Amino acid sequence: MNNKQNPALNQKVSGPYTQKSVVGRSVPRIDAPDKARGAAQYTADMKLPGMLYGKLLRSPVPHARIKNIDISKAAAFPGVKDVITGKDTPGIKYGNWRLFPQTQDEYPLAMDKVRFIGDEVAAVAAIDPDIAEEAISLIHVEYDELPAVFSIDEALAQDAPLIHDDIDQLEGNISIDRNIDVGDIDKAFDKADLILDDKFTLHAVSHAYLEPCAALAQPDVEGRLILWTSTQAPYIIQCLLASTLGLPENHVRVIKPHVGGGFGGKMELRSWEFCAAFMAKRTGRPVKFVLTRAEELSTGRTRHAMNIRSKVGFKKDGTIVAKDFEAYLDGGAYNSMGPTATFLCGNFGAMLYRYPAYRYRGYHVYTNKTPAGAMRGFGAPQALYVTETQMNIAAKELNIDPIDLRIKNAMVTGDTIEGVTKISSAGFVESLQKVAEMSKWKEKRASLPNNKGIGIGCYSFISGGVFNWFNTPYNFAACEVRAYDDGTAHLLTMASDIGQGSDTVLRQILAEALGIKVENIRVTSADTAMTPKADLGTWGSRVTLMNGNAILDAANKIKEKLAQMVSIKYNLNIIHEVAFANDRAFAKAKPERGISFGEAVAMWVKTHRGEELTARGYYTPRDKGLTTPAYSFGAQVAEVAVDPDTGVVTVEKVTTAHDCGTVINPMSVEGQLEGALHMGLGYALSEQFVIRDGKVLNTTFLDYKIPAAEDMPQIESYTIETYEKEGPFGAKEAGEGLAIPTAPAIAHAVYDATGYRCKDLPITPEKILRATGKITE
Amino acid sequence: MAKVNITLHINGDTYSVAVEPCRTLAEVLREDLNLIGTKIGCGTGDCGACTVLIDGKSVTSCLSLAVESDGKEITTIEGLSTKGDTLHPIQEAFVKEGAIQCGYCTPGMILSAKYLLDRNPEPTELEIRQALSGNLCRCTGYHRIVKAVMVASKKINQQNGPSKASGSNEESD
Ligand code: FES
Ligand code: FES
Repeated sequence: MNNKQNPALNQKVSGPYTQKSVVGRSVPRIDAPDKARGAAQYTADMKLPGMLYGKLLRSPVPHARIKNIDISKAAAFPGVKDVITGKDTPGIKYGNWRLFPQTQDEYPLAMDKVRFIGDEVAAVAAIDPDIAEEAISLIHVEYDELPAVFSIDEALAQDAPLIHDDIDQLEGNISIDRNIDVGDIDKAFDKADLILDDKFTLHAVSHAYLEPCAALAQPDVEGRLILWTSTQAPYIIQCLLASTLGLPENHVRVIKPHVGGGFGGKMELRSWEFCAAFMAKRTGRPVKFVLTRAEELSTGRTRHAMNIRSKVGFKKDGTIVAKDFEAYLDGGAYNSMGPTATFLCGNFGAMLYRYPAYRYRGYHVYTNKTPAGAMRGFGAPQALYVTETQMNIAAKELNIDPIDLRIKNAMVTGDTIEGVTKISSAGFVESLQKVAEMSKWKEKRASLPNNKGIGIGCYSFISGGVFNWFNTPYNFAACEVRAYDDGTAHLLTMASDIGQGSDTVLRQILAEALGIKVENIRVTSADTAMTPKADLGTWGSRVTLMNGNAILDAANKIKEKLAQMVSIKYNLNIIHEVAFANDRAFAKAKPERGISFGEAVAMWVKTHRGEELTARGYYTPRDKGLTTPAYSFGAQVAEVAVDPDTGVVTVEKVTTAHDCGTVINPMSVEGQLEGALHMGLGYALSEQFVIRDGKVLNTTFLDYKIPAAEDMPQIESYTIETYEKEGPFGAKEAGEGLAIPTAPAIAHAVYDATGYRCKDLPITPEKILRATGKITE
Repeated sequence: MAKVNITLHINGDTYSVAVEPCRTLAEVLREDLNLIGTKIGCGTGDCGACTVLIDGKSVTSCLSLAVESDGKEITTIEGLSTKGDTLHPIQEAFVKEGAIQCGYCTPGMILSAKYLLDRNPEPTELEIRQALSGNLCRCTGYHRIVKAVMVASKKINQQNGPSKASGSNEESD
């Protein structure tokens, strides 16, 4: 492949970060031993004296007015301590887009209407779970059923029922839209020799984190509340719970125990968190809710199903001239994180390649289905499935190798999308070249036997969003670092480890910065009463970059103080820099002039008459465009075998080369890659909801199939190390974006093997057999 | 419902408990005996998070009734290494090989791996994948879990005397 194809490639990506001691090492997870022993506590594992068990009553109908709710039998049932309906609550709506209150469309319990099968209607707290369950069945609700809509088309029809008729600003079922216009799109298409115009449908899937959601609330004597909850965003839960309860924010304390995975599905306030807190206040006793898998699969958040139409123009030589991209998101009954997904889908539609002209029209549509929310990739798996499939179609039509076509159009360091974003580092071309070499792309494409195929898919992802729709007055990321005279430090942060490993990675960043051992750092995350305000939580791949930067800020403040001590002790000329490494603080040019980290702290404490040495660090992205401070990039090649008689696809091997900036923890990054691949594989081939009239029929893992150990392909990967100047030690996003390329790569390989081009995910044996003529009726 | 008195031998200790006949072993372990290492990911026998060993065999405890275990030997994750901070070689390999992310599948995975290695001390990669196919993991893609089981198998075989495996390469990372 020839770099000259893309003139901007003369610009080199900046080299890797080399001066590292802890950063770049595969430090094992700090929480792993406890997890291996079964000692790690998740919310569902917790028990408090006098604790009550909560259970939710959910709507059995997709759209109805509530005429009457009779709780008398349930309330009188022995062992039941509280029963609540929407009417008992303050009736305050919530939603993550606080900046735009009309988007906050959800009540903790339905007030007068239900909008999907599973909508929360009432809650019970009882002395044991069986009694709670029994009491739920004794609540009698009279519904006045309304016509319901189950697809985007039905929801947009002229006479469609209004799902949120109580929001004045809405005229139909479109809750939010988003436009992006770059360049003159119509003129640009005039220059095209080839125009592709395709429609795609993308399906909803479940996060399927192994730990079902759970929440435990405890009241305290002064009317304040503690909530332990399985969440990715303690601060968001604190704020929204306080506002729905009508309490000052500081009266709600949210503590995050170990969390069994989130993937975007645990970043909003949810009904059971409210009900636990509200009933704890009413009863004066702790109340715990634990969801069932059936509840999770039938009523939990999902990745958005979308209908996308995309028109792309190419010149004969493969140069892209324009893209016109239109997405309709099936939002389900509430906004959830849909507005952000609508926004991001449009941004991702413009990523990876240079589009001289780009138009996006995105619409978030209410339907009477389970609400969709944020899920790993957040608008990108859909947008880039379309992008990548069209690149593969174009390569075929133009008779250009798909990787060459990508390199020709690839974004490089310094590229901008006018008015939207700037790419401060990109190892995309290098990823494409590396993956071609590793997978033996050219040789295999020329030589694979029938029914075997090879395909490619690529991705780019954000390292945290710069937008503040949550409208926090606080910093996006914050931490406190306490340094002690025994040479150790304590990091307090609201950044939430949900299994992705941030407690370990953030500890590595602090250890590197202070020059002390990782083992000597204790981490507290997260407890909103102790950890500094604020942190928007774990989503959008924001933690490493944003919290990492906050930690560097705090570490620098500590180091400045300790440098003074070294300076005083050795009477250092002010031109000397003080370095921190190997548990010491010393003059960089004269390392013998130095003291241990602990001694330096002790000196500072003594010279400050006993004051503790602490520093707070903050990070908020400012003036970084509309999207993110930094993007990851990568390319993935999938090899498949398709059984011609059954249409069953076996993914044999997946090869990836990706750029996530400086790798802080290689083992963690590889683990993220492998986990993302699992999710991408399920998205492409096996995961799908069966929904009839708004009711999800497959509510167990037997029927909702996530890949098992046997289904996984052989995996090879390589990291292209670039230095991202916006990130701590040059790091940027790793792991979320990797959920994107697998589906398009597999689809391309299936096309290569069978001639079936999937524009309607997932790829099923039936669709393949129809395309190959094996099924005709 | 009338309670039944049963005796459970768990991790070397004997517990007498009165349980309703409809209660699952997972519930009794978690709720009555505070052995919270046994996780519930589905409650329908499909994910393997609740795996324990009963008389040495792996069982999904969310589907098995506590009364069925009356008088039996049960190993939960808490019983794998009973001494302070030492870990069983499988646990140790899971930690070192990065096989643990959120950790919710981990106890069940480790016990399924133990069941496999007890019967088949030197499994192939395919045998490991098959043996773990009843244990779902959403975080790791299984890759490092499989590797950890291979590493653990070597270590256990070394501990149990001279390895039968020919001088194979040491794991490098
Ligand atoms: S909890 Fe028992 S198999 Fe899932
Ligand atoms: S580590 Fe999270 S489910 Fe396996």
